[in-house]
Amino acid sequence: MKLDDVQRIAHLSRLELNQAEAEAVLPQLQAIFSLVEEMQAVDTTGLEPLAHPILFLRDLAQPMRADQVTESDHRSENMQSAPAQQDGYFLVPRVIE
Amino acid sequence: MSWHKTPIALMAKALAAKEVSSTELTQYFLDRIEAGKQWNAYLDVNAHLSLEQANKADQLISSGKAGKLTGIPVAHKDVFVTRGWKSTAASKILSGYQSPFDATVVANLGIPDENNPHGAGMVCLGKTNMDEFAMGSSNENSAFGPVLNPWNAAHVAGGSSGGSAAAVAAGLAPIATGTDTGGSIRQPAAFCGLTGIKPSYGRVSRYGMIAYASSLDQAGPMGKTAEDCALLLSAMSSHDSRDSTSLADSGEDYGRYLNQAWNEGSTNSAKPLEGLRVGLPKEFFAEGLASDVAKSVNEAAKLLENLGATLIEVSLPKTKLSIPVYYVLAPAEASSNLSRFDGVRYGYRANEYRDLGDMYAKSRTEGFGSEVKRRIMIGTYVLCHGYYDAYYLQAQKIRRIIAADFQAAFNQCDVILGPVAPDVAWRLGEKSKDPVQMYLEDIYTLSTNLAGLPAMSVPCGFNTNNLPIGMQLIGNYFSEARLLQVAHQYQQASDWHLRQASEVA
Repeated sequence: MKLDDVQRIAHLSRLELNQAEAEAVLPQLQAIFSLVEEMQAVDTTGLEPLAHPILFLRDLAQPMRADQVTESDHRSENMQSAPAQQDGYFLVPRVIE
Repeated sequence: MSWHKTPIALMAKALAAKEVSSTELTQYFLDRIEAGKQWNAYLDVNAHLSLEQANKADQLISSGKAGKLTGIPVAHKDVFVTRGWKSTAASKILSGYQSPFDATVVANLGIPDENNPHGAGMVCLGKTNMDEFAMGSSNENSAFGPVLNPWNAAHVAGGSSGGSAAAVAAGLAPIATGTDTGGSIRQPAAFCGLTGIKPSYGRVSRYGMIAYASSLDQAGPMGKTAEDCALLLSAMSSHDSRDSTSLADSGEDYGRYLNQAWNEGSTNSAKPLEGLRVGLPKEFFAEGLASDVAKSVNEAAKLLENLGATLIEVSLPKTKLSIPVYYVLAPAEASSNLSRFDGVRYGYRANEYRDLGDMYAKSRTEGFGSEVKRRIMIGTYVLCHGYYDAYYLQAQKIRRIIAADFQAAFNQCDVILGPVAPDVAWRLGEKSKDPVQMYLEDIYTLSTNLAGLPAMSVPCGFNTNNLPIGMQLIGNYFSEARLLQVAHQYQQASDWHLRQASEVA
């Protein structure tokens, strides 16, 4: 991993790092990824990835719920924490000129 | 009466016998919270609201409608959203946020009302400090300052449920909720001399729990005794149709085996654990384990043997790999979960920005702390095209091996015993500069989250500096009641869990 990679993943993560911050985080990320490299020595040929512990217990069916409308309108409560709003809509900078 | 030294099992009896009211108990703990601010255990307290709940609990008790836990105060980790108290996950990005609804755990434990007829009737004391978004092993990553360890204020309380652990250890709450993604109930419980259990994945609803890594997060209780944890867990867990990973409701009383012999029908009261096979994984006692921790855990194993258990050496060969596997999978899930914090619908928004993209980036950059940003970047990287197979998929494949290794061990034993952490609580600031050093501390706890198994922390000794040591008991899926039974029998024969920090009067 290089400094360019740090800036690239920061950008993809919607984060901003100045030069000094990127330089500080680079060795930390390098150390973490050298730890992660230890995984490469494991032979996992033919193994299915396990995304979720429940999937490990094949006999454990996840309960399904009925396809019904259960939620009522909470618009005014949900808008209370909005940083900026107008007429019941979230306000953001203009996207289309 | 020293209510802060009283287990909730006894508190419930005192409430039922009208020796104390919920209002008196709540005021008692609110006063202690006020006097115990130096631990930085709480992020939000609302005495008026707590006392209002206590009043309702007293009415339930006097009208004969009380359940086992009605009127007992409880503190909630700030990762659970609560109506009336702020919910921030200890992050600046959610600073001041108030949820319009309660998390299922909060509702299950809270005062019953028409929307929540099955609430246990407990009184919320407030929200406890934590590592920001539950990312950390020391509770130094909170945007609102670190939590101090009530056993020694120069040491960390453990993370990420450090505020909950310190609150109970300092007598600022009789019991508390926590969450465990990679050890965040067990490790702070061990560092603060408490008992805590992370149940099997899916036992407790994650609805209203601010998400870190969804396939690993699980809520559980932290208290003084295994009996207290059984009481709280029985009330916390339920099937919840709003969480698609919530399992069908077993309606279990997790305390049903507490006072029974391991072998039903056995009459040898000196050996209640006769027939129990305890597996000691050799990888948990290898290089890196502090000698005083090893000594205490080995003595605990000996005590279990005296109670009738048989000790067996087992192997969990991929233990070391659980660190890289966890630190790929958890950040990957976190980078996705935390993408919702963009300054549009709730939370912090930067004051100045050029356009929408700039608003997202500035809000997130100013709102998240450095550990959270680091994990988001790791997650983004491992999910990138070109790296996905090598990191993310490979980690998921090894996750399957780790889960299978546990099943092989459980063919030989009923429970697994080992340390919770390689060492006791370290000094504040000691490991903050080096994230890898911090990550290595999670080596004994991560694998059970990867497999989704239940595991608990039980006090089993002190090091030479009088800092608590915890042992870890791991069970097979859905064996919580059995784990609590083993812990309870151990606590009947030992007194480590009854010790109080000298700084806590």
